[in-house]
Amino acid sequence: MGRKPAGLALSTGHRMIPGTAQSKEETRARAERAEEPPRLVQGVATFRSITEQISGIVLNRRHPRSWWIGFGLAFLLTMGLFYAISVLLAVGVGIWGINIPVAWGFAITNFVWWIGIGHAGTLISAILLLLLQKWRNSINRLAEAMTLFAVACAGMFPLLHLGRPWAFFWLLPYPNGMELWPQFRSALVWDVFAVSTYLTVSIFFWYTGLVPDVATLRDRAKNRFTRLIFGFMALGWRGSAKHWRNYESAYLLMAGLSTPLVLSVHSVVSFDFATAIVPGWHSTIFPPYFVAGAVYSGFAMVLNIIIPLRKWYRLENVVTEQHLDHMAKVMLATGLLLAYGYIFEIFFAWYSGDPTEQYSVVNRATGPYAPLFWLLLLVNVVLPQSLWWRSVRTRPVLLFFAALSVNVGMWMERFVIVVVSLNRDYLPSSWRMFTPTGWDWLTLVGSLGLFFALVFLFVRFLPMVTMFEVRDLLAKEKGKSS
Amino acid sequence: MKGFSGIYGVMGEFNSEGALREAARSAREHRYEQLDAFSPLPVEGLDEILGRTGSWAPAWVLTGGVIGGLTGYFLQFWGVGINYPFNVGGRPLDSWPLFIPITFELTILGGAVAAVLSLFVLNGLPQLHHPVFAVPGFERVTTDAFFLCILSTDPGFDPLLVRRFFMQETGAVAVTEMRR
Repeated sequence: MGRKPAGLALSTGHRMIPGTAQSKEETRARAERAEEPPRLVQGVATFRSITEQISGIVLNRRHPRSWWIGFGLAFLLTMGLFYAISVLLAVGVGIWGINIPVAWGFAITNFVWWIGIGHAGTLISAILLLLLQKWRNSINRLAEAMTLFAVACAGMFPLLHLGRPWAFFWLLPYPNGMELWPQFRSALVWDVFAVSTYLTVSIFFWYTGLVPDVATLRDRAKNRFTRLIFGFMALGWRGSAKHWRNYESAYLLMAGLSTPLVLSVHSVVSFDFATAIVPGWHSTIFPPYFVAGAVYSGFAMVLNIIIPLRKWYRLENVVTEQHLDHMAKVMLATGLLLAYGYIFEIFFAWYSGDPTEQYSVVNRATGPYAPLFWLLLLVNVVLPQSLWWRSVRTRPVLLFFAALSVNVGMWMERFVIVVVSLNRDYLPSSWRMFTPTGWDWLTLVGSLGLFFALVFLFVRFLPMVTMFEVRDLLAKEKGKSS
Repeated sequence: MKGFSGIYGVMGEFNSEGALREAARSAREHRYEQLDAFSPLPVEGLDEILGRTGSWAPAWVLTGGVIGGLTGYFLQFWGVGINYPFNVGGRPLDSWPLFIPITFELTILGGAVAAVLSLFVLNGLPQLHHPVFAVPGFERVTTDAFFLCILSTDPGFDPLLVRRFFMQETGAVAVTEMRR
């Protein structure tokens, strides 16, 4: 091993890459050309400075106090979730407020809400990659991680709702003693395939994107144990031209596969509703309407996570106001699609000529859950219209609250779809109200805890910004300016 | 291999992707064929210079997707059509429109599994060790250093000549000889 460099013995210590360290004059000249879009990486940035900044978050032992407080709270809530699940397993789904006809209650509301949140991650990482939107490069890793954790939270709910969660594998086709197959003609079985494929493909996509970055961590880690762990995860990545060639090809194809996948997942989820004959569910607009709502809430969640994180970890130079602005615009657009869906739900009910269908719309607006419906319109449709103003889109605090409003609104929308449709259908004698119990609330809040605990662990142990893609961004911006 | 079998190759280090590209071009002009480059990001246009373009990954993904899709369809058709014929609402046993969603999902799954496998197999990963990791300063290849390697399998390989090439014809900041 003790081989020396055979040739030139030049110093290879710290050095800047020629050309990336911009001179003051150059920066000023760029600023003067007002037509040029603001840069996606701000300040004087080199490959080294960006890499040091992002890998430092993981390799540095000290973490901001806000991390400890946030993780502590999320961890407590996760324990609450585990407690609620333990009681559920011991006693049964009777601890929840569900009844007949409202058999789906909170569990399916939460499932649909969580899985929708996951969709933004895939949209950012796959669809924006195919559309050559370079601003995705500094937010895609975090968004993909968010997808994984949201899908994990989502997948938990239908399984817990089974009543006998330990028999969950009956949902899968496998050779069994009963010689039975799942009911392949049911949307509920399609859901099993859609969600499990989505989770698997999301893990692949996320890990593939991580490999070059964990190789960076392996090479920069000071401590032997850290180097060993990241070394295993990096699989021996050495950044050779062959590696990059196959990598770029496979990554692009995975993005191409994820794009129809993400659209199919919430479409299949919407089939759970649309293929049923319950008034308020049986509608052909459901698939696109659900997908729009999913992307809407997903972008809101990305913003709710990224706005505090960029402040705590001083990532304002890579997650710029321009990024926030773009995300807010996507949110505004999908919100309008969703509002269009709301309008057409009313139109379809009227056009169907079916009195029960028409009553379901009246019931939403004037029935026992009416306050929730009007509140939903306020936080999900009216308040987000503030995003038309650039001053809201580029002001992190305002944007944070706009996104929070959307997240709450989307949860209420899922609740209105699930519960308000079920509680009054064709037969008035079987109408019944749904009232959530404490266990319902603890499971919902606990799932939020689990989600945020996983997000906190992720930002602590893995690079939350894709370093090699930001380096690529720098190289491209440099190429453009020279 | 003219007695250089103990040597893996000679590695030159560069400061920027531009310098790496220039060096690779110059190596090709000097009729070196067996080249490999290492960089912290995919370097545009490098594959064309090295003369190795294209990847087998798309073929893998296509195969995986087709296998996944066929499996998905026949799993359902055979399961509820032949193995345990199951009548739902008087639909035909091969009610293909209802089999589409699962067929679609398994097509995607097959393609994605193949994409990841292709990445492992085509890149020879996971790999515990490789001679290039012994090069001093190679740990910076994942931060900001660029390397070009002329492999000893090249017909015109001679460690002295290659070293001279790196020092005189390219802007290499360090040159290292690698043993196997």
